[in-house]
Amino acid sequence: MRAKDVLGRRGEELAAGYLESVGMRIVERNWRCPEGEIDIVALDGDALVIAEVKTRKSLAYGHPFEAVGADKLARLHRLASAWCRVQGLRMPPCRVDVIAVLDDGTGEPAVEHLRGVG
Amino acid sequence: MALGRTYSVALVGLNGYIVEVEADIGQTLPAFVILGLPDASLNEAKERIRSAAQNSGIPLSRRKITANLIPASLPKRGSGFDLAIAMAVLLAANDIRATGRTVFIAELGLDGRLRPVRGILPAVMAAVRAGYPEVVVARANVAEAELVPGAQVRGYATLARLAFDCGADPQDLALDFEPEPDDTDGPGTGTGPVLPPDMCDVSGQAAARRALEVAAAGAHHLLLTGPPGAGKTMLAERLPGLLPDLGDTEAMEVTAIHSLCSLPSGSVQLLRRPPYENPHHTATAVAIIGGGSGLPRPGAASRAHRGVLFLDEAPEYDRGVLDALRQPLESGELVIHRSAGSAAYPARFQLVLAANPCPCGKATGKGVDCICTPTMRRRYQARMSGPLLDRVDIQLEVERVSLAGFGQPAPEEGTASIAERVRAARGRQLDRLLPFGMETNAQVPGRLLRGALRLDAPTTRILDYALERGVLTARGYDRVLRLAWTLADLSRRDVPDGDDVGQALGLRQAAAASP
Repeated sequence: MRAKDVLGRRGEELAAGYLESVGMRIVERNWRCPEGEIDIVALDGDALVIAEVKTRKSLAYGHPFEAVGADKLARLHRLASAWCRVQGLRMPPCRVDVIAVLDDGTGEPAVEHLRGVG
Repeated sequence: MALGRTYSVALVGLNGYIVEVEADIGQTLPAFVILGLPDASLNEAKERIRSAAQNSGIPLSRRKITANLIPASLPKRGSGFDLAIAMAVLLAANDIRATGRTVFIAELGLDGRLRPVRGILPAVMAAVRAGYPEVVVARANVAEAELVPGAQVRGYATLARLAFDCGADPQDLALDFEPEPDDTDGPGTGTGPVLPPDMCDVSGQAAARRALEVAAAGAHHLLLTGPPGAGKTMLAERLPGLLPDLGDTEAMEVTAIHSLCSLPSGSVQLLRRPPYENPHHTATAVAIIGGGSGLPRPGAASRAHRGVLFLDEAPEYDRGVLDALRQPLESGELVIHRSAGSAAYPARFQLVLAANPCPCGKATGKGVDCICTPTMRRRYQARMSGPLLDRVDIQLEVERVSLAGFGQPAPEEGTASIAERVRAARGRQLDRLLPFGMETNAQVPGRLLRGALRLDAPTTRILDYALERGVLTARGYDRVLRLAWTLADLSRRDVPDGDDVGQALGLRQAAAASP
């Protein structure tokens, strides 16, 4: 695995741990379909949460949140309905969360969580 | 608290309104939104503010920033809100402590420096009047802002310095950054003050010199007709030098208008000398009156407020342009309406018109060299409409300088001593006219001339005769009286005598173009 994939992998681990620590239940990780990948599918009470994890080593190329644009958000929503279709679910209440992991390798990585980002 | 509040000023013409800037940081993906009818340059503030804050060591929040400029319905334009928005956002992120009722007016550079903006004088005047005397501006704007009485001005070179004084954490701040003073900073490096042209350069032309002195003394509008090369432009350029210095209020008005028109250059002072504007004759009505898209900007007539507006080759102007001047000549103010709102600019100027007698310019004296037909000549003169010329008290024909008057060894009287007589005459007018709420003879209405200031019958006999014979109109009669009062003021007499009236009649009727 390449270094960036290792970092991303570690970020997703951290994010999943974080979501569980705030009381969510992880349903699925790294779900793929022809249109793309969902990092984490979780349940927050009754609500379905599609979580996108962005991990960076530094802010040199901008904050992780800044890497999630309008295109990415639209794709996440399409992926959400694709996932529901595959699971045979009627569209449940569903939101998209973004988790930023900042890991400069020197200490505890910083995890930031934005709920329901449009 | 995720809400920050600061203040700035929006200018609509010369009127400023306090604008409250609210900034909110929302817990969602990074974005920057400015509400409150921003124009294109104000919308670009987002990028300027983000970079400036980053480079000053206090990066903006990585969340959704919403800045709201209140009142939201007032259209806002320009880069002067940059600093107020930046401070509100930093406040919302708790990076600095609350700034109270301080007003911020400056543009931000990408490196975090504060840049000067136009119109700082009227903006600070508005802030002080609205009860917000504490003002923060760019260093290059300090001198101008301090002209406003009662303003407590602080000038900063960089956003980092300002943030430091507002309690930001000094650890990350780029406090070492000290921008090079540029052209707009501090004392200018340009050429020194240009010496105004002096009256001693004008050889001969005794009648024209006299007329110019009378025009200056009574603030009378002036029409100079004469062949090319007679010295019309030369004379007009020397009129501002004869006018007295502006008083405090007038100087503030003039400086405020000029502050709107240009960025500060060099050390800014109150403009004490009457301004002089000479637009080209191809100028449009908008260039003279003011206007433009969005919020109207002042034109040449307003820039000449309390000074001289010189229209060389007056018949060459579009007739519409000349006639548009009739309104400010009456009211001393221009109200201009555009899509983004209306603006009122003062425009109390002294009008000087120069014209050739005919298209070929040779119909002077006997006019033997003139090749124009009478129709051409009449049409040429008709371009300056009667109603406009009605408002011009002195209509003078300037002759070519004769050999006798040209290059004679005796030096002519200079501007300084003439200006002294003008100043004394203005003083006498003020004493007489202040009870009526006026300052100069040119403002006196006919009602007053034939009422409280009525001259006795023997003095005005020559006028009454001219009126009876139809040589003089009723309006012309009043103008001769106004001139007579100015002539009396110049010769230090309390009341005009028959000589003054006779001379005044001469100044009125000298021009062939007189209606």
